[in-house]
Amino acid sequence: MIRQIAQRLVQAAVIVAIVAVITFILIHLAPGDPFSAVMDNPNVSEAVRQTLRVQYGLDRPLPEQFARYVSSLAHGELGWSFSHARPVREVLGSALPNTLLLMGVALVGSFTLGILIALIQVARRGSVTDHALSGISLFLFSMPDFWFVILSLLAFTYWLPIFPVGGAVDLVMHEYMGLGGRIVDRLRHLALPAITLTVLASAAVARYQRAALLDVLPADYIRTARLKGLTERQILRRHALRNALLPIITMIGLSFPALLTGAFFVEKIFAWPGMGYAVVNAIGTRDYPLVVGGVIIGSIMVTLGSLLADLLYALADPRLRGR
Amino acid sequence: MPWQTQDFAADSGPTRLRESPLGLAVRRILRKRSSRVALFVLGVIVLVGLLAPLVAPYNPAAQPDIVGLKDLPPSFAHPFGTDPYSRDVLSRVIFGARLSLMIGVLATIVSLTVGVAYGAISGYAGGVLDAVMMRLLDAFLSIPRLLLLIGVLVAWPRLSIGALVVFLGLTGWFGLSRIVRGQVLALKHAEFITAAQALGASRRRILWRHLLPNLVSPIVVAATLGVAHVIVLEAGLSYLGIGVPQPLASWGNIIQDGSDQVATLWWMALFPGLFMVLTVMTLNILAEALSDAYERR
Repeated sequence: MIRQIAQRLVQAAVIVAIVAVITFILIHLAPGDPFSAVMDNPNVSEAVRQTLRVQYGLDRPLPEQFARYVSSLAHGELGWSFSHARPVREVLGSALPNTLLLMGVALVGSFTLGILIALIQVARRGSVTDHALSGISLFLFSMPDFWFVILSLLAFTYWLPIFPVGGAVDLVMHEYMGLGGRIVDRLRHLALPAITLTVLASAAVARYQRAALLDVLPADYIRTARLKGLTERQILRRHALRNALLPIITMIGLSFPALLTGAFFVEKIFAWPGMGYAVVNAIGTRDYPLVVGGVIIGSIMVTLGSLLADLLYALADPRLRGR
Repeated sequence: MPWQTQDFAADSGPTRLRESPLGLAVRRILRKRSSRVALFVLGVIVLVGLLAPLVAPYNPAAQPDIVGLKDLPPSFAHPFGTDPYSRDVLSRVIFGARLSLMIGVLATIVSLTVGVAYGAISGYAGGVLDAVMMRLLDAFLSIPRLLLLIGVLVAWPRLSIGALVVFLGLTGWFGLSRIVRGQVLALKHAEFITAAQALGASRRRILWRHLLPNLVSPIVVAATLGVAHVIVLEAGLSYLGIGVPQPLASWGNIIQDGSDQVATLWWMALFPGLFMVLTVMTLNILAEALSDAYERR
């Protein structure tokens, strides 16, 4: 077990290293350098740019630049964000908790909702309910994230103004609220972005879980349970669901990239101050170090997510535990 | 249903024996009503895209009256309204169908080429090369595709459509190549391959004539899903302002044009999005039907 964990950790480290190489290649294949892209400003003279290049080490030979890049990455340094005039690490560091909060709520919510929908469908397989729910989940699954988020914003903040329009807190009143008021204010602002991301992500879970449940139903132990005289409901809950939950753990790992991408659009459209919001705004300002920092952190999150899912799988499946 | 018996007879008839697996699959999915509807809807959208210059009521890039005709809600003259530059949104959605579908198909062709080649080489070669190629693939797979594309497109501003297609294609083959490798590994020691080797077939001939034909089914399914995926990605990138450049219309950048005033210009988000969902949904339905049809074989 411990050996297995160590192996996976080494693998994850290798993946992150390769990601670092890819991003470095990306940066250096791009035309120009950060200073020609960011400072398209005619008032900045070539001499100033040259000084900046020397300052940032862009005049050194490539191998040396690469060595510096890797060593600063290893120290957790991601470069300087031009648009925020702060280190990228700080910008992303202060945004990350908001993204993790949003993704965490949506992860738990979407798996609960998705598994529930799949259970309802399988309990009444072939019925109108089953077909209707399949149709709805296919519709949601086919929806481009950003379009669904725009529609949800339109529907619940403009047409039916139930929720606040954007941000993580009320910009004016938050400072004047008591502790209870502040918590309520935060929850009110979190609700719609989190629900939107939850619904978006649950479609894939429901489709996957329905298939997984239908896969185990023909198994011998299900027939045994049925012959023992258990009700259909007991069979589903105790026998089918438990075994069909194993692939769902793999699904948690696989859902990380989609969840992260979804969170990007949710954050942009609801002005939720997370990593996605920072990176998407950095596109507009051509703040390249911030964008690349986002790519690296995002990839690390995905790698850690699949690592976690693998470990959970090993813990949950008694057949793997002994090894 | 009389045609079902007819179909059954055709299935077992001796003349049908040499039908290609693809033809068989197509005939199988056509038996399901949902996939017939999906094929019809997709066909209409593709046709509208192909015939865009004939179907569209206005020039999609024309700005007839930037003061008097801008931001008009849907009406008889402009069924989908107009945008802040007074352009007709319906015409832009129609031309958008053309561009979005074209990008989807072309990028998927790029992905298929690279993915099949990578997977086949890795699976066929085995050993150290295979291990290295697979670890590299793991790394590619753990970079979220949208993030990677954002990184690339921000570094290369003002890209041509061709370059956009290449980048979309080059980031879409990872999953497929893993499937292809698995299939090649499974088939490598199959008896018909050994037989071909014993008959003196060259490596290339074995790859092309014996291995690849057996990979058609996962490739067709992956291609269908791939087109859907690229359409969504391109729309997302165009929505972020780094995809298809103005004044060209794609479903994503029409929504982007109205995104500053999304509450008042709701028609600019609603209609292109509906077309996008219809396209992606029909592609997903067809992919599912295809993989069912192949699995039953």
